[in-house]
Amino acid sequence: MATLQAHIPAGPLAQKWTRHKFESRLVSPANRRKYEVIVVGAGLAGASAAATLGELGYRVKNFVYHDTPRRAHSIAAQGGINAAKNYQNDNDSVYRLFYDTLKGGDFRSREANVYRLAEVSVNIIDQCVAQGVPFAREYGGLLDNRSFGGAQVSRTFYARGQTGQQLLLGAYSALCKEIAAGSVQSFTHSEMLDLVVVDGHARGIIVRNLITGEITRHNADAVVLATGGYGNVFNLSTYARHSNATAIWRAYKRGACFANPCFTQIHPTCIPVSGDYQSKLTLMSESLRNDGRIWVPKRREDCRKDPNSIPEADRDYYLERMYPAYGNLAPRDIASRAAKRVCDEGRGVGESGLGVYLDFSDAIRRVGVDKIRERYGNLFDIYKEITGEDAYRVPMRIYPAVHYTMGGLWVDYNLMSNLPGLFVLGEANFSDHGANRLGASALMQGLADGYFILPATIATYLATVNPTARPSTDHPAFREAEEHVRGLIRRLLSIRGRRTVQSFHKELGKILWEYCGMSRHEAGLKKALQLIPALREEFWQNLNLPGTDSELNQSLEKAGRVADFLELAELMCRDALERRESCGGHFREEFQYPDGEARRDDEHFAHVAAWEYQGPDKPPVRHVEPLVYEEVKMVARSYK
Amino acid sequence: MKVKLKVWRQKNAATPGRFETYDTPELNPNMSFLEMLDVVNEDLTTRGLEPIAFDHDCREGICGTCSLVINGKPHGPHRGVATCQTYLRSFRDGDTILVEPFRARPFPVIKDLIVNRKALDRIMQAGGFISVRTGSAPEANSLPVPKEAADLAMDAAACIGCGACVAACKNASAMLFVAAKVSHLGLLPQGQPERYRRVVAMVEQMDREGFGACTVTGSCEAVCPKSISLDFIARMNRDYAVALFKGVGARPGRAAAVPA
Ligand SMILES: Cc1cc2nc3c(=O)[nH]c(=O)nc-3n(C[C@H](O)[C@H](O)[C@H](O)COP(=O)(O)OP(=O)(O)OC[C@H]3O[C@@H](n4cnc5c(N)ncnc54)[C@H](O)[C@@H]3O)c2cc1C
Ligand code: FES
Repeated sequence: MATLQAHIPAGPLAQKWTRHKFESRLVSPANRRKYEVIVVGAGLAGASAAATLGELGYRVKNFVYHDTPRRAHSIAAQGGINAAKNYQNDNDSVYRLFYDTLKGGDFRSREANVYRLAEVSVNIIDQCVAQGVPFAREYGGLLDNRSFGGAQVSRTFYARGQTGQQLLLGAYSALCKEIAAGSVQSFTHSEMLDLVVVDGHARGIIVRNLITGEITRHNADAVVLATGGYGNVFNLSTYARHSNATAIWRAYKRGACFANPCFTQIHPTCIPVSGDYQSKLTLMSESLRNDGRIWVPKRREDCRKDPNSIPEADRDYYLERMYPAYGNLAPRDIASRAAKRVCDEGRGVGESGLGVYLDFSDAIRRVGVDKIRERYGNLFDIYKEITGEDAYRVPMRIYPAVHYTMGGLWVDYNLMSNLPGLFVLGEANFSDHGANRLGASALMQGLADGYFILPATIATYLATVNPTARPSTDHPAFREAEEHVRGLIRRLLSIRGRRTVQSFHKELGKILWEYCGMSRHEAGLKKALQLIPALREEFWQNLNLPGTDSELNQSLEKAGRVADFLELAELMCRDALERRESCGGHFREEFQYPDGEARRDDEHFAHVAAWEYQGPDKPPVRHVEPLVYEEVKMVARSYK
Repeated sequence: MKVKLKVWRQKNAATPGRFETYDTPELNPNMSFLEMLDVVNEDLTTRGLEPIAFDHDCREGICGTCSLVINGKPHGPHRGVATCQTYLRSFRDGDTILVEPFRARPFPVIKDLIVNRKALDRIMQAGGFISVRTGSAPEANSLPVPKEAADLAMDAAACIGCGACVAACKNASAMLFVAAKVSHLGLLPQGQPERYRRVVAMVEQMDREGFGACTVTGSCEAVCPKSISLDFIARMNRDYAVALFKGVGARPGRAAAVPA
């Protein structure tokens, strides 16, 4: 049975990280080159970790399924990255960023982790600027900031609407530097399909070359997973199409606990779905809410009218009405739910009735169209390409869409899972965002984990490991894992049924969106827990998978990932069912106040739920890590 | 609407390819070009045929993965967008559309419409970075950067590394790609210490990879999904000339081997 020790250091909150670093064990520079570390993933978290470990002198192997590390899903982040620099002199501080993030997460994250995140945020900006990340600047040459949801200060750094791209290219350039220096070996088109555990410790991975189909074994003294989030379980989402859960799911099946799987984020500002063929949903950055005002008509009859013809008095700026203190910058979970509510009332706009207006006319009147173009031009362009509409003249139509997963593999303060030697970074872990992530905080967390936290904490583990005794890839555990992967692929290819992988993925997505999406209730979750296993059963009976395993086979890649989603979806529903409260992105209809606000239950659910796999025929075990707050009081989260 | 597709099919790098023609199922003009290929692939799979392999990921024009030549143009008919941002409303019912991979000697075909662009990574590894160790950075605002320089650097940094510039060039030159990186870093004060070494190292690696020479026809700029300006090539050429004049060489031991 797994034991969950968070290993939160003693001492006052503000000194925990400093003290912990001092008390941690070290590996001397001369010894570091004896250690091999596998890093899976080269998004913000993986690339920054691999590069930094390489700089420190460890021998690093970096794996990605992409054709180059620069294409990780992080590239698509638009809006920005938070840091407690207080450059705007608006009374920001490490403590305020910490508090906003903890509150934004609805008091379901660890106090000490979040404080550390806020603390290192300032170093991230320094690092990125030194690498040449072209952040937006003011005329005086200093860095510019904007505001994001869930905050009343301006602490978000950005590079036009392409912040993720620029931060990733910075981390990728550091990775290139280390690849050239020979400290990092880069494996592209290489998908990790299993984790190898020897005597309870993570010791390697099994990898499939996506071009040739060749399967190889790789051993190391520690394995780092930075493989991103699992939001594509919903099929339609703002994620890149290939983002998937396979790495963390297979690690789960090897014994790593999966924490808070039901905590998923639905982003309020995405372009609405237009047809059944739709392959992905496009985000319109939250930064738009700085200048855009969200509204729907007060009366249902007006919903089909030209929005510009609807007078002020007939518009309901519902976020400003319901949450006057934060208005259009209310946190994502709250803004999404409010949009759902007005659409459920029949006041949604657009053909499907599933849409609300995001209107820039006031801002254009205030600062001029050029300023708005400078701030958001590329987003307006994207919107026009997709919808054919000009948002400088008619308000955008937006609707919530799946965007991020707060849940992930359970890790302790050192970012190590309950399996010693397995570290998990970035969106793949569960650590810092509780039940809801604030905008511009994922980039911050990914880079904090990779540049600053893991490189310090991994030594504590490595110092206990003897690199000369590293199990070779001939060890029976490697053989067994490879055989397991081969068996899975053989099974998939031998079904020869009639339904395509995509049709299963679509159906799964619809079930999850309906019963485990923006709002959830017991009966629905129980229904999903019947539908999902039945769909999974059909998948394994009736999958139509073309091609072979010894070539590039995109259908086979997808089939393996969807097979994992079909299992993960069930765990998400189980977790949602057991968490009998509403908090952050997890809204249980049974638990709400008369005004529709979420009713959290700190007495029974102020904890992390971490699930442990028990084999294919037994239900997983739900472990609980209590959230102990030493500094902050859990209070009702109000943005009114 | 429906269209006829003439698609390049090729089993792998070692096998010669050919065009195949497919009639699509019923399509919606609001579909993206890649969604159309999804629909065609569902149809092929259901009919027991092999789906068309094509590269894609973000489907919003930022990852640089998608890479089709549509009717002879890398990334299709429109300027300033990638293949994944191309919509069927740009075509007419009944059109025949030619779909090919990015063709260039340094980009061998992997399968069907997917090519290998690892040569671009090796150019980046040769010098596309600022050598700053994690933890050694000074306070961010201690180094003001004029807004104009930062904005221009950002224009260059917007490159998504798709390689359309190479595919469009009759010489398969990668100059626009390299110039974008050289300019992004060379325009910023942080990039100055390695400025000349960087340009020499990256250009030498580009030559080793077998990319051709630039004759400034501008076809690269025309197909670039981020409309990266040809001016950056001129800027890089100046830096390169200065580097040669100064006798700056690439940093020793940095050259990446080109696999056979
Ligand atoms: C459209 C969009 C906009 C966003 N905007 C913002 C924003 O403005 N601010 C913000 O803070 N956050 C934003 N986010 C969230 C943020 O971008 C992500 O949470 C973050 O980038 C995740 O980084 P990561 O390094 O954890 O993972 P990723 O970037 O997803 O990288 C995963 C890596 O793992 C590799 N990988 C995965 N599985 C395997 C496997 N089995 N084998 C081998 N390799 C594997 C992949 O190749 C890839 O390299 C946005 C998200 C989206 C979808
Ligand atoms: S799929 Fe990412 S740029 Fe086209």
